[in-house]
Amino acid sequence: MRIQRTATVLAALGLAVSLAACGSSSDETKVEVKKASGLTGVPQQIADKGKIKIGVKFDQPGISAKEPGSDAPVGFDDDMGKIIAGQLGIGESDIEWIETVSDNRESFLKDGTVDLVIASYSITDDRRKVVGQAGPYYVTGQQLLVRAADAEKIAGPDDLKNVKVCSVEGSTSLQRVEEEYGAKPVPFSTYSECVDQLENKTVDAVTTDGAILLGYAAKNPDELKVVGDAFSEERYGIGYKQGAAGMCDFLNKTLQASFDDGKWAEAFKNTLGKSGVDTPEAPTLDACP
Amino acid sequence: MAANVLFDAPGPNTRRRHLVYSVVFVVVILSALTWVGFKLKSAGQFEPRIFEDLFASNILKALFDGMLNTLKAAALAIVLSVVLGFLLAVGRLSDHRLVAVPCRWVIEFFRAVPLLLLIILIFGLLGGRGMETSTRGLISLVGGLMLYNGAVLAEVFRAGIGAVPKGQSEAAYAIGMRKTQVMNIVLVPQAVRIMLPTIISQCVVVLKDTSLGFIVAYGELLRETRLVAQFVNNNLWPYLLAALMYIVLNSIVSAVATYAQKRSAGRGSKSDTPAAVEGAGMETGRAGAAAV
Amino acid sequence: MNVFSDNWRAILTAFGITVEMTLIAGVIALVVGFLLAALRVSPIPLARGAAASYVRLIRNTPLLLIMLIFAFGLPELDFRPRFNLNKVFGVQDQSPLLNFDIFFLFATIALGMYTAAFVCEAVRSGVNSISIGQAEAARSIGMTFSQTVREVILPQAFRAVIPPLASIMIAMTKNSSLAAGVGVTEAAFLMRKLTNDNGDKVFLIFMGFAIGYIVLVAIISATASFLERKVGTA
Repeated sequence: MRIQRTATVLAALGLAVSLAACGSSSDETKVEVKKASGLTGVPQQIADKGKIKIGVKFDQPGISAKEPGSDAPVGFDDDMGKIIAGQLGIGESDIEWIETVSDNRESFLKDGTVDLVIASYSITDDRRKVVGQAGPYYVTGQQLLVRAADAEKIAGPDDLKNVKVCSVEGSTSLQRVEEEYGAKPVPFSTYSECVDQLENKTVDAVTTDGAILLGYAAKNPDELKVVGDAFSEERYGIGYKQGAAGMCDFLNKTLQASFDDGKWAEAFKNTLGKSGVDTPEAPTLDACP
Repeated sequence: MAANVLFDAPGPNTRRRHLVYSVVFVVVILSALTWVGFKLKSAGQFEPRIFEDLFASNILKALFDGMLNTLKAAALAIVLSVVLGFLLAVGRLSDHRLVAVPCRWVIEFFRAVPLLLLIILIFGLLGGRGMETSTRGLISLVGGLMLYNGAVLAEVFRAGIGAVPKGQSEAAYAIGMRKTQVMNIVLVPQAVRIMLPTIISQCVVVLKDTSLGFIVAYGELLRETRLVAQFVNNNLWPYLLAALMYIVLNSIVSAVATYAQKRSAGRGSKSDTPAAVEGAGMETGRAGAAAV
Repeated sequence: MNVFSDNWRAILTAFGITVEMTLIAGVIALVVGFLLAALRVSPIPLARGAAASYVRLIRNTPLLLIMLIFAFGLPELDFRPRFNLNKVFGVQDQSPLLNFDIFFLFATIALGMYTAAFVCEAVRSGVNSISIGQAEAARSIGMTFSQTVREVILPQAFRAVIPPLASIMIAMTKNSSLAAGVGVTEAAFLMRKLTNDNGDKVFLIFMGFAIGYIVLVAIISATASFLERKVGTA
């Protein structure tokens, strides 16, 4: 906890110094707000309205989290939202961020509470039956975070039998290690509580999507380590209302453009990448239905 | 106070002995606290950076917003619980078995089921309707609190009505009042006065129980505190700070309860009123499983 | 596919953990609660004040917060209890019911210490309900404070205290459901897991778990009225 904190503060200081040095903002993704040509269908309607509602998570650091006391969440998902809104000619101030929890994302899309869902929303066949999902814009997978000293003992999910593994209450990650690998589940409410317990030696591993774990490991590289390959594949996609005309083509075009012009990499570097993770290769998009 | 009759006024020797006990007690407590302090210090829990982070203006604003949300949910829940509790109590005291028996079952059921389960149930039932997350959280939390505390308060009301001296209703019937009139004009007004302190102290329970809102992502004080803890990377001080905030809030509510109790006791000029209050108090002790 | 028949083993284990937690926390709550009550009515003003402050602080703080403070504070004090009785009993497949791990113990201690404040208050008002003449008579034949309390007051207070204590124990059983938030896989944790998996059967699952808790509550109520009858006729 201590070292982690220090690292955070040092990182913040580092950022401040670089800000002062370069004189240009470096930790905010610069988004071009300009209506793309050739909009049709639903994207055209949203662009005409000049406002967009995007469903995101409020409590996943790096992915999308609202800082205490602030109004807008920050993270990779939010930057992707801004990039997409920008292509509709919609600026940051006209984006309405709406909090989604895991089990209301489909209904939010179905009844129009939100126009898009960008909320660590894995693409699955079941979901594609009820909503549209464009992407993936990011591919990650469930991994394990352990104390560096235990890295040989717990090298992958197969070593988890009767090991105490912490994750967020009610998450599929926790369920998977319990049911498929015989781990002893320890439910807490936030990942930081889990990491704290890992450092306190009261649990022996923390599990969730690799991106989040890498962030914690990078803050405290001497003590914490991410081990093993991902044992699930999560392909984050952008959810939209099923059958929304022109939506998938627009989203794929925008995503591909952001991969190509470096905006996607910039967004990653400024959010998930802040903790020292290398920016990955851009994923290959699924074709539109 | 029974304490006064349990022992004699201490003489000089006893007083000296008590002084020794007290000194030993203080020494033990102080050394325990010092030990805790040293342990926390060596664990790095007293680094000034922690407090700089924690007392930043945006953090305090988040906690304050959380507190407002807590108060909002508590206020809604209390009003609704009182209404539901009153309806259930009236139903339970009805002469029609068809009304009284179901009311009794409803009361018993909701008193026996953990509040957490009720909240999870309502949250689950509201799923798939595209309801705004914060609204859904608020409804689940307030709904659960209402069902649980309504059932508890129903028993409190029933005990309160039962605590009104029998002569009151007998006199009312004797002058030809109907049951409804006896209830509305004679029993309920007196019962409410007797029960007011209990109802207000139930508010403390409701206020504390709003902390379950975290499980349905409602932004009350405890959920905000957990987000703050995640943000400032410390899982001890934010919770201690939140505990302090709850204690202050609840002490205010408790003070109001004490004041109400004094007033309602003070107003009872008849000789049987204090006994009635006492009796009702015992009876709520029975019904007041809730107060825990 | 039936949610209950597919998961009966997990459900029994989860309720087993709830029962264990209630039993252990109940013992802690009664012991600490009676001690606190003794301090609360004792002749030493400082002891009275200390017990009263404890009760006041605990009663005004949400249980979940107390559990969190225990779960994150105690490891910092190098307090890491755990008792794995599977080895003691030679059980091979590591039954969770015999493995009292750190989170279970933290949550149970927190639950017991929290409930103790309410036990203290119940006992105190039970003591207060004994008529003054009893204490006066005891003292007039020369009994000391501890004799008066032990021989005269407590036996009588016990009877008056059984109903409120039963209510407190019932509330404690239900409160054990909060431990799901601090690392304990008890009944409420399992219920959440099952409702996540079976979004269409939320109400059915709720009713199943509600009945489980109602059975536990009924057992406590029955025990209390049995005790009350027994003490009452003695």
